[in-house]
Amino acid sequence: MDNITSFSPALAVLASLVGAIMILVFRKQPNIREGVSLAAGISKFLIIATMIPAVMEGRLIELRLWDVLPGLPIMFRVDAFGLLFGLIASFLWIFTTLYSIGYMRTQKEHAQTRYFFCFAIALSSTIGVAFSANLFTLFIFYEILTISTYPLVVHIETPEAMRAGRKYLLYLLTAGVFFLFSILAVYHYTGTTDFAFGGILEGKGIPENMLKLLFVTFMIGSAKAAFMPLHSWLPSAMIAPTPVSALLHAVAVVKVGVFTATRIILYVFGIDVMKETGLALAMAYVAAFTIIVASLFALTHDNLKKRLAYSTISQLSYIILGVVMLTPSGITGGMLHILNHAFMKITLFFCAGAIIVAAGKEKISEMNGIGKQMPLTMLAFTLGALGMAGTPATAGFVSKWFLLIGSVEIGQIPLLLVLLASTFLNVAYFFPVIINAFFKRPDKELSYREAPLFMLIPLILTGIFSIILGILPDEPLAMVRIAVANLMGGK
Amino acid sequence: MIEHFPVLIIAVGLLGAFFTPIIGLIRKELCSPWASLITLLQFLISIFLLYQVLAAGNISYWLGGWQPPWGIEYAIDILNAFVLVLVAGVCFSVSIYAKKSLGFEVPGKELPLYTLYILLSTGMLGIVVTGDIFNLYVFLEIGSLAAYALIAVGDRQSLMASFNYMIMGTISASFILLGIGYLYVMTGTLNMADLSERLPELYGRPVILVALALLVVGLSIKTALFPLHTWLPDAYTHAPSAVSAMLAGTFTKVGIYALIRVMFTVISPEYVIETVPVMNILSWVAAAGIVAGSVLAIAQYDIKRMLAYSSVSQIGYIILGVSMANKLAMTGGILHILSHSLMKVGLFMVAGAIIYRTGIRNIYQLKGMGKKMPFTMAAFVIGALSMIGIPPTIGFASKFYLAWGALEAENWVFVAVILLSSLLTAVYFWRIFENVYFGVHEHEEIKKDEVPLSMLLPILIFAAITLLLGLFASLPIGVIEHWVTGVLP
Repeated sequence: MDNITSFSPALAVLASLVGAIMILVFRKQPNIREGVSLAAGISKFLIIATMIPAVMEGRLIELRLWDVLPGLPIMFRVDAFGLLFGLIASFLWIFTTLYSIGYMRTQKEHAQTRYFFCFAIALSSTIGVAFSANLFTLFIFYEILTISTYPLVVHIETPEAMRAGRKYLLYLLTAGVFFLFSILAVYHYTGTTDFAFGGILEGKGIPENMLKLLFVTFMIGSAKAAFMPLHSWLPSAMIAPTPVSALLHAVAVVKVGVFTATRIILYVFGIDVMKETGLALAMAYVAAFTIIVASLFALTHDNLKKRLAYSTISQLSYIILGVVMLTPSGITGGMLHILNHAFMKITLFFCAGAIIVAAGKEKISEMNGIGKQMPLTMLAFTLGALGMAGTPATAGFVSKWFLLIGSVEIGQIPLLLVLLASTFLNVAYFFPVIINAFFKRPDKELSYREAPLFMLIPLILTGIFSIILGILPDEPLAMVRIAVANLMGGK
Repeated sequence: MIEHFPVLIIAVGLLGAFFTPIIGLIRKELCSPWASLITLLQFLISIFLLYQVLAAGNISYWLGGWQPPWGIEYAIDILNAFVLVLVAGVCFSVSIYAKKSLGFEVPGKELPLYTLYILLSTGMLGIVVTGDIFNLYVFLEIGSLAAYALIAVGDRQSLMASFNYMIMGTISASFILLGIGYLYVMTGTLNMADLSERLPELYGRPVILVALALLVVGLSIKTALFPLHTWLPDAYTHAPSAVSAMLAGTFTKVGIYALIRVMFTVISPEYVIETVPVMNILSWVAAAGIVAGSVLAIAQYDIKRMLAYSSVSQIGYIILGVSMANKLAMTGGILHILSHSLMKVGLFMVAGAIIYRTGIRNIYQLKGMGKKMPFTMAAFVIGALSMIGIPPTIGFASKFYLAWGALEAENWVFVAVILLSSLLTAVYFWRIFENVYFGVHEHEEIKKDEVPLSMLLPILIFAAITLLLGLFASLPIGVIEHWVTGVLP
């Protein structure tokens, strides 16, 4: 079917850039400033939502801007996969903005203008990544995302935060260098950096060793996906304010990594090349290793945010694992998990932040009896945790189901076992939190209550969403199906 | 009138320099606007020349109507015109910035300063515009002498720095002169076009090799190619900030221009690439310079000194691009002349602005500067990100082409050096970001205290161009590729 040319993708990126400038302009009036953030978020989401009908018909929305370098344009192409990711990121930004207002004001954080400004830039680049039509455009936004999230990571400006920030940069800028090399090599060999449904590397006469090297450099380049052994920036980045950890380090930044890896695996290398070279299986085992080991690490951490970070590392590899299965079910499961994990994990982080604000507690061992004081928060936490473990009727179940089918389809029983084992590990590291909260008595009388409404409402809503997505997965599933159908071509 | 523009760009400068002391005797304050006026004229002429070259092809101007090779010829092709616009543009912008900056750092010396300023500008434009190799040497000396004097006006240690530079510069000049002398003895001509026709039949002779070696070493000193860079850090550190900005953006670049001109126009690419592996040697030296310059920059705490060592590293990039001598790398190298000029002039002007407002040079004392001078520091961030090579800045565009050229040459070491050294660049700039923007909380009230508009405006314009040209890098690349395609096989 024909592609549509439309300015919507560019507008979606611009919405929060304009928002960022307005935030600077209204830096002296906090209420207007946050109003601008919210308005930018809502308008961004609406712009992206207007693209749903066309994409659901199976059409692509394209926009070629200008050539930055000769033959290398900034170009957007919205397909079902990119749209799904764009919708998630922009939708959750609205909730995170509300939550941030509650969090930042209750905590009386400094430099709030910088915070909202960088947040808006980061969201712009996330959407830019989602809608990029070629590696070159994607890379530009990928790098801007790295730079714009740095001030958010070091927000509290303690020496420890600055150290974490340096680590963050070291990992992500190095990744950028490897990514740039890979893009250059692809451009050098193929003369294009466009994404295509069947990949672009096939039949270009690239030696197999070169292909393998390229795959490795590309995967180092997508270190934002935090698979092992390139994961350690993520737990360090937990020093950031909780809303940042929630949206950026559970949804935007890490999902950009996973999204990029998926684009590279399926749309640059292509299913056939991945299969023939055996790269898919190798990557599957890297992902499987990450799933198990990150879960084990999660068990050892008493700090709730750290535990959530390791859980994220593990869950991100579910997505990669699904994608490299290269079967319709596997890819469906992987792509769907981008959505499901986003809602579940943001709920969990919102809860962790609410506990910090209301109770001032970060350690799980100190959370005895917290469920009595903050019942709604802990209820939402329980919903999220159940989803993580893949309990039926939660969002997590749907994607895990597809992943399990995928692993059977490719006949890799070890992967099936990994997925099952990971379920138990999820239970093992989340349920102590819930048990502490609801069933253990506190050492002394607790006096705090629920967090402010600005924080409570978003976390309840995202908690409810993660159940709704489990009961009624049809809409997102339809979108993922279109993406998968495109990939599979007539096969 | 229009057909005389190639010589007018020089004549305006020489006359302008001559009249500066006279104007200064009437009113001292007039020196600075006078220098701006002269450099503005030169800038406008250079833009017109670029336009004319692009529209109507190369220009050949015969001085006094004497036909070359007997008379002196001013020959302008795309490369000349491109460098002319860059040099004249930088000289003009910095002259506006210089009024307050020089007035603060070296008060009361307007008269000699602006005379020398115009002379330096004219000397550099002369190097670029001329088609006669001895004339090139003459202008090189005019520029260098002006530069020695300008540097010596700076702080207390500037005399020593200037003296060092003069020793190195004089050695370099003697090498260049000897090299030119050998070429003249062998061919009997000094016209570049004529030389390039007569030289090929002499390529077998060792004397040409000697001439080549002398020229390469001489020009390498002028461009401060590692390990012949030793004059540069001291000179840039101790010269007045406006002078550092101007020199960093133009003088070393003009040296590189001369190197390219001599290697690829006077002597043919085949000779320096295949017959004698000069380019190969230069490229390894340049690669070492990239790494060494960055590592040395990391070790500095004086902001101007750090920027100076960073220049050593960036000059390595340019020479590496040029000496890999394939179309992509050469395009990247020449583009990096432009991008490094824009970034480094901007950064030095910011360093000067910080000194103007606070007197601080130590990068660890810059706490809270982001609040005190928000616009200046924002420009610094853009310049620094461009140095690191973050898209979409012009620094990214040139690094992209350089790395691509190295890939084309299948030299994996160079690919690694070009790409990974951007991480070293990130290290030395990020220290400044950390100090400028973080570690000060809101309750410590810091008042906004920006530099005057005449300093701020050039800084902001350079930052804006760094960003805009990065977004539309196809424009300069198109111009450069046009020239490169004509030169390289």
